[in-house]
Amino acid sequence: MGEHVIKLPDVGEGVAEAELVEWMVEIGANVREDEVLAAVMTDKATVEIPSPVEGKIIWRGGTIGDVLSVGSPLIKLEVDGDGNVKPGTEPVAEAPKKTAPEKETKPEQKPDAKPSVPKDEQKPEPKTNRAAPVSNVPRNEGEKPVASPAVRKRAAEAGLDLRRVPGTGPAGRISHQDLDAFVAADGAGGMATGSAYRRDTSVKEVPVIGLRRKIAEKMSIAKSRIPHITYVEEVDVTALETLRAELNASRKDDRPKLTILPFLMRAMVKAISEQPHLNSIFDDEAGVIHQYGGCHIGVAAQTPNGLMVPVVRHAEARDIWGCAEEVARLSDAAREGKCARDELSGSTITITSLGAMGGIVTTPVINHPEVAIIGVNKMQTLPRWNGSEFLPRKMMNLSSSFDHRVVDGWDAAVFVQRIRALLENPAMIFIEN
Amino acid sequence: MKDLTCKLLIIGAGPGGYVAAIRAGQLGIDTVIVEGQYNGGTCLNVGCIPSKAIIHAADEFEKANHFAGDSEIGIKAAKPEIDLSKTVAWKDKIVNRLTTGVGGLLKKNKVRSISGWASFVDGKTVDVANGEGTHRVRAENIIIATGSVPVELPFMPFGDNVISSTDALALSAPPKTMAIVGAGYIGLELGIAFAKMGTKVTVVEALDKILPLYDKEMTRPVEKKLKALGVEIVLGAKAKGADKAGLKIETKDGDAKTIKAEKILVTVGRAPKTEDWGRENLVLDMSGRFIKIDDQCKTSMRGIYAIGDVTGEPMLAHRAMAQGEMVAEIIAGENRHWDKRAIAAVCFTDPEIVSVGLSADEAKAEGFDIISQNFPFTANGRAMTMEAEDGFIRVVARKDNHLVLGVQAVGGGVAELSAAFALAIEMGATLEDITGTIHAHPTQSEAFHEASLRALGHALHI
Repeated sequence: MGEHVIKLPDVGEGVAEAELVEWMVEIGANVREDEVLAAVMTDKATVEIPSPVEGKIIWRGGTIGDVLSVGSPLIKLEVDGDGNVKPGTEPVAEAPKKTAPEKETKPEQKPDAKPSVPKDEQKPEPKTNRAAPVSNVPRNEGEKPVASPAVRKRAAEAGLDLRRVPGTGPAGRISHQDLDAFVAADGAGGMATGSAYRRDTSVKEVPVIGLRRKIAEKMSIAKSRIPHITYVEEVDVTALETLRAELNASRKDDRPKLTILPFLMRAMVKAISEQPHLNSIFDDEAGVIHQYGGCHIGVAAQTPNGLMVPVVRHAEARDIWGCAEEVARLSDAAREGKCARDELSGSTITITSLGAMGGIVTTPVINHPEVAIIGVNKMQTLPRWNGSEFLPRKMMNLSSSFDHRVVDGWDAAVFVQRIRALLENPAMIFIEN
Repeated sequence: MKDLTCKLLIIGAGPGGYVAAIRAGQLGIDTVIVEGQYNGGTCLNVGCIPSKAIIHAADEFEKANHFAGDSEIGIKAAKPEIDLSKTVAWKDKIVNRLTTGVGGLLKKNKVRSISGWASFVDGKTVDVANGEGTHRVRAENIIIATGSVPVELPFMPFGDNVISSTDALALSAPPKTMAIVGAGYIGLELGIAFAKMGTKVTVVEALDKILPLYDKEMTRPVEKKLKALGVEIVLGAKAKGADKAGLKIETKDGDAKTIKAEKILVTVGRAPKTEDWGRENLVLDMSGRFIKIDDQCKTSMRGIYAIGDVTGEPMLAHRAMAQGEMVAEIIAGENRHWDKRAIAAVCFTDPEIVSVGLSADEAKAEGFDIISQNFPFTANGRAMTMEAEDGFIRVVARKDNHLVLGVQAVGGGVAELSAAFALAIEMGATLEDITGTIHAHPTQSEAFHEASLRALGHALHI
């Protein structure tokens, strides 16, 4: 029997650390070669770490939410044969860092396992050492549930009747884990426990980790550093909608269905060509605006894991169909969590849209360090006065925010008005300058 | 007359009341506590604490007596003497320290204390009278924590040579002879203490056994000690009255007899204090002589809670404290119910008796199929070295899943083991949990380990 240490592999170019977001294995579990051990997150890409060997887990190098340096021990296995650790030379485990360490730390050793990012592989069910609850009726009528005072208090605070909670411990004792499982199973079969109007005095602690933490960090940076100016204008998209419907009706089968987004992107590209400083990254520490020639448009997308911003690169080089294809491809990838790192970074301006949920006005938060974000609100048919009569028109608002340090209100207004003019006369979008 | 309003008013600063007040203070509840006599109630002033002080003094005196002349363990000493008035003064100093401490804790937690006797005007209003006048306190919530008082026998009221446990703790000298009516734990604790201080003690009990709450096996070591101390036990006899000569009784066979006694200590139990605080102005449901409460200590009236001895058996300070803490949290809006599995009961007799959870008989009566085993201190090294070989530890567990239902112990100093027993039961321990825990050697607690092993059929040291 030997011990095999798996260190956190180099999970990406220039990445010195990664956050532990999920353990797929428990201590004591036996794993096969290539079985996924853990998932770590760098910036915005999640990487699964497979086991290069077969063995039994004897040690785990941190808890969910810990930030580990590349090369620090991640997991230890007991393996047949010698393993990769000589007795007495066990590497000192680097303490997981809770705060962001210096970016400069270089991994000291080459990792043992080549990182691989299985794309289509089904995630294995997390292994636990918990036995499955046996029956729906945990104990005989009138029998008191066996649980420690701490478990009883937790149940009381959550308004749960412990008599209904199956216990997996000796003598049917209900552990904290049993309570967790019961809560996760939504009260085992969803049978009502007394009145629905029970006081719930529980307070659940939800650790802010993974993508949620990244979003939180980015949002507070954006809001604390950028003085936002938000400008809302309504756009008559009746003509655009007619055109869009016609294009969709007559499109070839291999072309994607057009949404409003590709039109907006093309309109933005045109507007940017007249106001290139809105397509910028503002490095406020250095006091430099990096004005980009290419339009890399981030498209904020809601995914099951949270908000992600995949990037359509070089929108200026894509026609309306090209933009549509790229948006469709990226939003599918984002929803499935398969976006590559470089597909999630490098935008120079961002679009945010909640579709039908878009409301009439939003106050978008700029995707720091960009200087502008265009928000799309919902489309609705409204009466509009044409000078002699009311006509039903398809109206849609654009709510857009700008970094007021480097974009004046006048510039912002000109930009949005230009986009509006293009969307209201969609033929203009396709006219070369 | 001064008017006061508060969120919570607590009547009685005994262990239940003052703990409720401290916890309420911690939770930021505007709290007033009323006490007519002394902070700490019966427990600190005339109960648990002072009796343990006197018992300790009596134990030390007995030890010194044991060494007078010669002893097996090689200590020789001169014949000791006891100045009980000095012992009582020492005890009073301890009591004073503790009650002052309670006052300090209440103050620290921003609880307002009023001294005086409380009387309900209605369910939200209480008048507090003291020498200086009357306060009227209006409160959203009220906790009744009035406690209990020693029961008096109508045909021989306290006074002259008939004394209560309170009086017994303040005697200036041990009487030459003492008759005790009632062989419950209070009578025997004090009886043993006085016997050790040289008093000739006779205990009269109406039932046919001492310590009626405990089974024969558990009381046997105490009986043995009583005999060694020369305490006479008269079972099945009724007290009939008292005069200068002593206690008149009717024996089991119906004979009238007088037991010569300088002092007659009546310890026939304690009664909840349900009078003299305006209960007649409320509409409280009763449960026998106690105030009826639910599993949140709520009475039949909204906003009125009751805790401690006034709510029923077992009349124990630690039950009242746990209730007080719970009620304060309920008033603070927390979701609490009385869900305790066990309340340890401890007799500071010699040897001490502890019972937590169900006895074998109680468990059987509740329909459990059980295994029960004990481990005697005669086989425990530490007990031998302390000359405390009498007694045992016994575990009662379910036969099907080995869940520990009860633990009982008799022996020198076993009161301190009650924590381990109570923890085992509250945590839902099985016999395997006890046997899987390393118990330090050499300690009496090993007997707990061994009794559990024995219940599983593989005790090591017997």
